[in-house]
Amino acid sequence: MRIDGKGLVDRTQPLTFTFDGVSYLGCAGDTLASALLANDVRLVARSFKYHRPRGIFSAGSEEPNALVTIGRDADQTPNVRATVQELYEGLAARSQNRWPSLNHDLMAVNDLLSPFLSAGFYYKTFMWPRAFWEGLYEPVIRQAAGLGALSGDHDVARYDRAWVFCDLLVIGAGPAGLMAALAAAEAGADVILAEEDSLLGGRLNAETDEVGGKPGQLWAADMVARLSAMRNVRLMPRTTVTGAYDQGTYGALERVSLHQADPHADTPRETFWRIVAKRAILAAGALERPIAFPNNDRPGVMSAAAVRTYLNRYGVVPGKAVTIFCNNDDAHRTARDLAAAGVTVAALIDARDDVEVAGNFPVFKGAHVIGTGGRKGLQEVTIRHAQGQRSIWTDCLAVSGGWNPTLHLTCHMNGRPVWDEGRAAFLPAEGAIPGLTVAGAARGVFSTAGCLADGLKAANEALMDLGLKPSKSTVPEAEDDPYRITPLWQVPGKGRAWLDFQNDVTVKDVHLAAQENFASVEHMKRYTTQGMAPDQGKSSNVLALAVLADATGRAIPETGTTTFRPPFVPVSIAALGAGARGKGFAPERFTTSHRASVERRAPMIEAGLWYRPSYFPRADEATWREACDREVAMVREAVGICDVSTLGKIDIQGPNAGAFLDFVYTNTFSTLPVGKVRYGLMLREDGHVMDDGTSARLAEDHYVMTTTTAAAGLVMRHLDFVHQGLVPQMDVRMISVTEQWAQFAVAGPKARALLNTVLDEPLAEGAFPFMACGARRVAGVEGRLFRISFSGEHAYEVAVPARYGESLFRLLVAQAESLGGGAYGMEALNVLRIEKGFITHAEIDGRTTAFDIGMARMISAKKDCIGKAAAARPGLLGEEREQLVGLRPLLVETPLQAGAHLFLENAEAVRARDEGYVTSVGYSPTLGQYLGLGFLKNGRARHGEIVRMVDHLRQAEVPCEVCDPVFFDPEGGRLRD
Amino acid sequence: MTRLIAKSPLAGVLPVEVEGAALREVAVDRMTSIAPFKGKERAVSAALKEALGVGFPAPNRSAAKNGARIVWTGRGQAMLIGAEAPEALRGIAALTDQSDAWAVMQLEGALAEAALARLVPLDLRSGVFKRGHTARSMLFHMTCSITRVAPQGFEIMVMRSMGQTAVHDLAVAMRSVAAQSEG
Repeated sequence: MRIDGKGLVDRTQPLTFTFDGVSYLGCAGDTLASALLANDVRLVARSFKYHRPRGIFSAGSEEPNALVTIGRDADQTPNVRATVQELYEGLAARSQNRWPSLNHDLMAVNDLLSPFLSAGFYYKTFMWPRAFWEGLYEPVIRQAAGLGALSGDHDVARYDRAWVFCDLLVIGAGPAGLMAALAAAEAGADVILAEEDSLLGGRLNAETDEVGGKPGQLWAADMVARLSAMRNVRLMPRTTVTGAYDQGTYGALERVSLHQADPHADTPRETFWRIVAKRAILAAGALERPIAFPNNDRPGVMSAAAVRTYLNRYGVVPGKAVTIFCNNDDAHRTARDLAAAGVTVAALIDARDDVEVAGNFPVFKGAHVIGTGGRKGLQEVTIRHAQGQRSIWTDCLAVSGGWNPTLHLTCHMNGRPVWDEGRAAFLPAEGAIPGLTVAGAARGVFSTAGCLADGLKAANEALMDLGLKPSKSTVPEAEDDPYRITPLWQVPGKGRAWLDFQNDVTVKDVHLAAQENFASVEHMKRYTTQGMAPDQGKSSNVLALAVLADATGRAIPETGTTTFRPPFVPVSIAALGAGARGKGFAPERFTTSHRASVERRAPMIEAGLWYRPSYFPRADEATWREACDREVAMVREAVGICDVSTLGKIDIQGPNAGAFLDFVYTNTFSTLPVGKVRYGLMLREDGHVMDDGTSARLAEDHYVMTTTTAAAGLVMRHLDFVHQGLVPQMDVRMISVTEQWAQFAVAGPKARALLNTVLDEPLAEGAFPFMACGARRVAGVEGRLFRISFSGEHAYEVAVPARYGESLFRLLVAQAESLGGGAYGMEALNVLRIEKGFITHAEIDGRTTAFDIGMARMISAKKDCIGKAAAARPGLLGEEREQLVGLRPLLVETPLQAGAHLFLENAEAVRARDEGYVTSVGYSPTLGQYLGLGFLKNGRARHGEIVRMVDHLRQAEVPCEVCDPVFFDPEGGRLRD
Repeated sequence: MTRLIAKSPLAGVLPVEVEGAALREVAVDRMTSIAPFKGKERAVSAALKEALGVGFPAPNRSAAKNGARIVWTGRGQAMLIGAEAPEALRGIAALTDQSDAWAVMQLEGALAEAALARLVPLDLRSGVFKRGHTARSMLFHMTCSITRVAPQGFEIMVMRSMGQTAVHDLAVAMRSVAAQSEG
């Protein structure tokens, strides 16, 4: 019900919204919760486990009950707190966890079964048969219990994440936060003021207090106006600081467009901020806690402070006759404000005897609420006082069990809160987060005047740390009432008393936990699930541990408390991973020939982040195999072009360049003549193969190393580590030139003829022998030429600066086609190298040694190198090692499978009998059969033997002959020709 | 005789403009990495100063004079952009052609800082990251070199092959901050 003349909402701007399909009217400035209450909608949700009717409890992000779903399909967001969701035109919200409807929820049968569903029920009941858990019990339980559901569709909405830096981060814009922010900003600090609410001012917007002689809301608005005008201040409304991390870093979630009816398509819904601050002030206020009395969960039972918020900020009263039940003076304001607004106060029930209350309403001192009535909304309460028991007709019960400082962030680095007897509350531990000071209600200072002064004090401390002069600001005059409270946690009586509304945990559950010896607070939490719902027990934790303390006969400080971990409020995974979807998932690395390959309809395969053409299909080719077979034949018979720019290229210069290479490679490079290339093998410190490739000596003190595509980054890092950490005395400099040069393999018997059409000076026969290299002009451009071969053919690699890459690729392919050749892709490249027994990272997978791949002799005896000593360890050499072999299926057309394992012909195909495995396979059109490379125990001595390839995954068994891994042209005549 | 056609790394994908920020490609004719050899740091700096008027930059700094720019890019390494490396450096520094290795962009406008805040984890406030300051950092998922070249302008260099993704990521960030500044 809306009250005339009250609230800060804009009544001239009505907004239409729906809840469960029913249309209602609200005002600009409303939350969904205040608008629902204004329309007298009290039942808004069903509880997690028992499907109990629930209503709005609070007016902030701590809300345990009023969770709704907003949007549909991919846009569906479950578990939105109605108390946080700002109203906009056309907002459509739905209730959750009910079937078929909120009003008639058949799942409420669970409530009748509650005697059986208490804490630990699932653990005890569904222990066996074990197999039934996943198949039967869990799905059924999950169906019946729970909160909102995801749509199952991809969330395609926009989210952002961003960094921001400041001198001082002020968390919370209540009186303490506003005071601190302005004082620090006026002193010259770069200030960020982050506030969870859309409206800055904190409790000042919810109370009727005056500050500095004017209404609190106006004072707050003036402060905000002053802050907005300052260049060194960044106001961040709708931003919840969710976590405190190392070195002054704070996580924060901003609701960017969740309050907009029709946001711009490019606006993110939320932004996850990483705020890096030299200093921070936590001025997050306090949260009111409930009291556990029988049936305290009916819609209409609310926090007393929230009732004031709805009245004073939104002009809404949640009932026609409101009763207040409390144990502290602060809640008396609720009665006072309601009475002043002309609302019927049915009764004020204070659990304490010695209190002064003035007001024109019934007051019961030393009284307790011992029960409530009303099926889907509160209709009456039963109270017990010195004179006896009585019922009071009321449709709203405003409860206050006192205030808990919002100290959550101070626990994020393992700080433990400290119990304060006087305020019956936990206070933040001093210095729990380096650089963070707590001010105001967040450290138990509950009066407005106290908060203002505390905010200024915290700002001055921060300014001193920042090397700035203290502020000249003074504290305005404000309310300075003392905080009087006598602890009251639970009221015994008939019926369940709820502690954790969101996870349906009752006083009885906590008693049961204690009785079953889950008496530590951590055990109690896990046994009852108290505090484990999305609200993380914001309103129930202190209450629950007080009940546990009582049940175990200990004091609260002895009982201790569970800790709070980030995030303070639920954070969408979409916001944490913002941008990393679709094209934003990972960088795409394109070669200079990419467009030309795509134009030729080449399907791309990903090699690391690179995109490389798989094959170049022709119109008459129906399968990839046809294209691959043709491309292989083309290279063997004419000439093929392949972009090999993705291989790592590292420019190495300096007086000690040769010595450095000798140290990182197993073989010697310092003796390599200028103008020559050599194959090199590189080991890890542990003696296993790290990478292989060729290095060319361009000048006396200048080499260019090539690495595999996969290990380009790894090798660069390794070289840097070796230089900086192991041989810093060596004068050598390195830089990647992978991206500088576009490099193409030109392979096949007609390779030289083709090259001579593009080189400024043609190569004479025999003038550029195998393993030669040097600078050559290519179609007018300074390029480099290497006589190397990964196909076993007479082949070159020609490199030009990348800007000319696309042009050269098109030219080379056109020339190749005129010679009966063309471009070839990764499939053909792989077949060509398998035919030759050349290794890739399929073979050097990090577990194989130089010995295993038959290159033990490449570890030079004349010098030391990385990995040399370790490679000689027992177990890394000898017959017991699985060694590189070739495999031919006995039936030539039978495919081999990479990843399959090898067994003796008649042995059972089980792990204990494993003899080795297959690493690479392919169909060789040259030899007309499938070929494989693999590792076999003592394989080099077993050429000619028959083994059985068994693929347990693909259900294949193929007898194979073991042979030398070089299938084609073993003498190497073709590549030297 | 056939002649090869040169193509810039970001041809066809830039410029990108939104209200408040513009991203355009910076044409690089010549870029050379300079890594002084052991004990030659002063000599290298002096030779550069003599020939081009800019010394070898301190870490996280860049300098420019008469079209020649030098940008620190790592431990003992800087990029000389827009000028040939002076002959006097031969033998005292490793010189490597990097003219084609980088996709170079300039992001300029009132929203440039806000857009970069979505992608770069650095404090780029003008009072902290001043004109001429440079850093190696991340641009979302890729490494980059970033330099403030104007009060509201940044030069960003990424690996050539990743240029298209860099433009995609920057464009998404630019559109986001532009849409938010409208609202």
